[in-house]
Amino acid sequence: MSWERWSYALAAVLLAVAGIAISMYRQAYTGIPLLPDEERRVWQIEARVEFIASGEPAEVLLTLPPAQDGFLVLSESGASSGFGFTVDRAGPQRRAHWTKRSASGQQTLFYQMDLVEDPQHQITPAMPSEVFEAYFAGPYTTAASEVLNDFLPKSTGAKSLADQLVQAINTSPLSQNMRLLRQGHDAAPLIAALLSRAGIAARTVKALQLEDGRRHQPLHDYVQVWHEDNWLLYDLERGRLDDTADLLLWQTGTPSVIDVVGGSRSQVTFSMTSQTQSALTLSRLTTSPFDLSLHDLPIAEQGMFKLIMTLPVGALVVVFMRLVVGIRTSGTFMPVLIALTFVQTELLAGMIGLVVVVGAALLLRSYLSSLNLLLVARIATLVVVVIALVLILAVVSYRLGLISGLAITFFPMVILAWTVERMSILWEEEGAGEALIQGTGSLVVAVCAYAMMSLEIVRHLAFNFPELNMLVLAGILLLGRYTGYRLTELVRFLPLARRESQ
Amino acid sequence: MNLLALPCTLRKRGVIGMNQRNFELVGACNDRKAYPLVDNKLFTKRLAAKAGIPMPELLGELSRQFEVEKISERIGELDKFVIKPAQGSGGRGILVIHGRKDGHYLKSSGDVVTTAQLKRLLSNIISGLYSLGGRADSAIIESLVVASEMFAQISIGGVPDIRVVVFRGYPIMAMLRLGTLNSEGKANLHQGGIGVGLDLRTGTGLGAVQYNRRITHHPDSGVPLDGIHIPEWKSLLALACRCYDATNLGYLGCDIVIDAEAGPLLLEMNARPGLAIQLANDCGLAPRLHAVRTRVAFAPSVDERVAFALDALGGAVA
Repeated sequence: MSWERWSYALAAVLLAVAGIAISMYRQAYTGIPLLPDEERRVWQIEARVEFIASGEPAEVLLTLPPAQDGFLVLSESGASSGFGFTVDRAGPQRRAHWTKRSASGQQTLFYQMDLVEDPQHQITPAMPSEVFEAYFAGPYTTAASEVLNDFLPKSTGAKSLADQLVQAINTSPLSQNMRLLRQGHDAAPLIAALLSRAGIAARTVKALQLEDGRRHQPLHDYVQVWHEDNWLLYDLERGRLDDTADLLLWQTGTPSVIDVVGGSRSQVTFSMTSQTQSALTLSRLTTSPFDLSLHDLPIAEQGMFKLIMTLPVGALVVVFMRLVVGIRTSGTFMPVLIALTFVQTELLAGMIGLVVVVGAALLLRSYLSSLNLLLVARIATLVVVVIALVLILAVVSYRLGLISGLAITFFPMVILAWTVERMSILWEEEGAGEALIQGTGSLVVAVCAYAMMSLEIVRHLAFNFPELNMLVLAGILLLGRYTGYRLTELVRFLPLARRESQ
Repeated sequence: MNLLALPCTLRKRGVIGMNQRNFELVGACNDRKAYPLVDNKLFTKRLAAKAGIPMPELLGELSRQFEVEKISERIGELDKFVIKPAQGSGGRGILVIHGRKDGHYLKSSGDVVTTAQLKRLLSNIISGLYSLGGRADSAIIESLVVASEMFAQISIGGVPDIRVVVFRGYPIMAMLRLGTLNSEGKANLHQGGIGVGLDLRTGTGLGAVQYNRRITHHPDSGVPLDGIHIPEWKSLLALACRCYDATNLGYLGCDIVIDAEAGPLLLEMNARPGLAIQLANDCGLAPRLHAVRTRVAFAPSVDERVAFALDALGGAVA
């Protein structure tokens, strides 16, 4: 017995674990969020390339952002009229490649990409293959050496040296050596060169500051420093950046941002807008076609399944209410069906409609029962009567301007007729009291089931992670072995407990 | 603690809850295949006849709608009879006719039942209105039990019956069920009947409940309920024991009536006897179940089992 009990509990736990594990795997794999209202920011970035074509074959190469932490590319396009467009993947960075046999005059090309912010997206940074010995021309060599001689003893590694150098070019007045070096160099290449000279891997990168609604933005220079298996990013004025969430690295390697053959005065500017989208919509866009999910179904069927998939939760509620709370209902799973209808009708309209129709039909049925019909014929008659009642209710409420009255039409007629039939049998046989108790019980359980089934999180999880039904099943199995007292029995057996206390 | 009983208090008093009953008693002790034997009163009657268990006489059965029209001929001159669905439960669909007047039938309360109403009841029974899941059913006509004189004052509108719960062949608890005006003569507790707990050793009343409340007098007649003594107690328990032998149901409720002439008669059996009997006896079932469980089970005779019930289960274990 005890082993049998244990194995039973084990089976339930295994089911629950399997359900959770599969859904966690699928969550990690498809990126479907666990919470329904998780929103992610989507950036739409447009690079606008302008140049004057010289009338010869024109060729434009635009470096594209590398794969990087925190951003996922959803889509990109670079089609421009008259130009052939390809994406060149040969080099260290992808490049957009436009070509035209002959172009002349002002030319404008657009490259658009949609990026989604995804904090989980991490790229393992590649170790820089070599450290370039920085070359300083003539007089600068000495100045660079002296600057490094100043700072190297005070630093412990790449990070602290870079910190100090960035700070040094921002202190005023600049030291004599620094001033000399700055006269001949831009800040970013200077810092990168100084670090390289000290044997530290460092490079100049160009990045785009993301800000919603900005137009005609240029790329800005930053310095990346290799430190403890990762790139640190330095702003030349603010120093080291810890939070780079709003920076999109655009160019990190050797090729320039833009190369134009057969044209001149080329320039590239950037515009961007952002919007938030539910992560669910995004995951659908990025899901691989081999992943089987309910999302593959046509939209109409999806809507139906959204409803159906919440049924197990409703069933769990019924099991709980009957076994643990001990509420009596008319019909075992009638409450779930009623709850399912409430989901479609909205609670209040559904409840009013149900009570009105069932009440009216019960009154009519007492007349029907005096007609001495056979049971089947009587239920069939009730269906007809219920349809008539629904029709009247819908038309009257519509005339009165109560659109919600139309909600009653969502009720499946058979459910209504059966509810009426069961209630009237109860009424005749067990009295009005019992009919009222069980009718109210059914309604209470239906409302509880409705409350659970209409929870956004429940609907979301049930639909997107159907395997979580294993968890529901485990719950039902465990409740199926509950042999304790029901809540209502604590009231029922009160007299038995009373004597104890006397 | 006036609204809810503490679960531990109930546990200490050995009260069995509905879930435990379903799982450990009904589910574990009762073979589903035997359910029809008790759920269908026609089967029960055949079984009882074979096992020599006395039941009220079967006067007729109707299983087709066309038979309903000829019901007057079937009943003939009978003026005392009971109509019930073969597969009914909870006392539903039962009509007790005590007499005739002007071509109509009279219920015990004196209400008139017309032939048309009688036909409708029969038709409803046959089409399955009162059976589980609405299955087609048969209507049974059986002889009316005449209550023995001593019950005349305490039962309104129906013959009181004695519910004996039999666990693995041992009678473990019993109560007398009385109809009231509120329950329209039906003795089922949830329909407003009165339950009188019975001392298993003697068959004397211990106390009574109605609607979960303790009462001392019959609400309709004002007759005190504590002095009740059931005659032929031993043979009544023996009858209950034999029901187990016939059905092999480990957790069985036997409803027994005492006919003025024939003595104890089995009215019906129930494979899912309710728990109200604990309230009537002011005592939980668990200690008595335990006493039976710990006994070496080697199928002793009916007399031995009755003796055990009289000795061990009556006062000592409770």
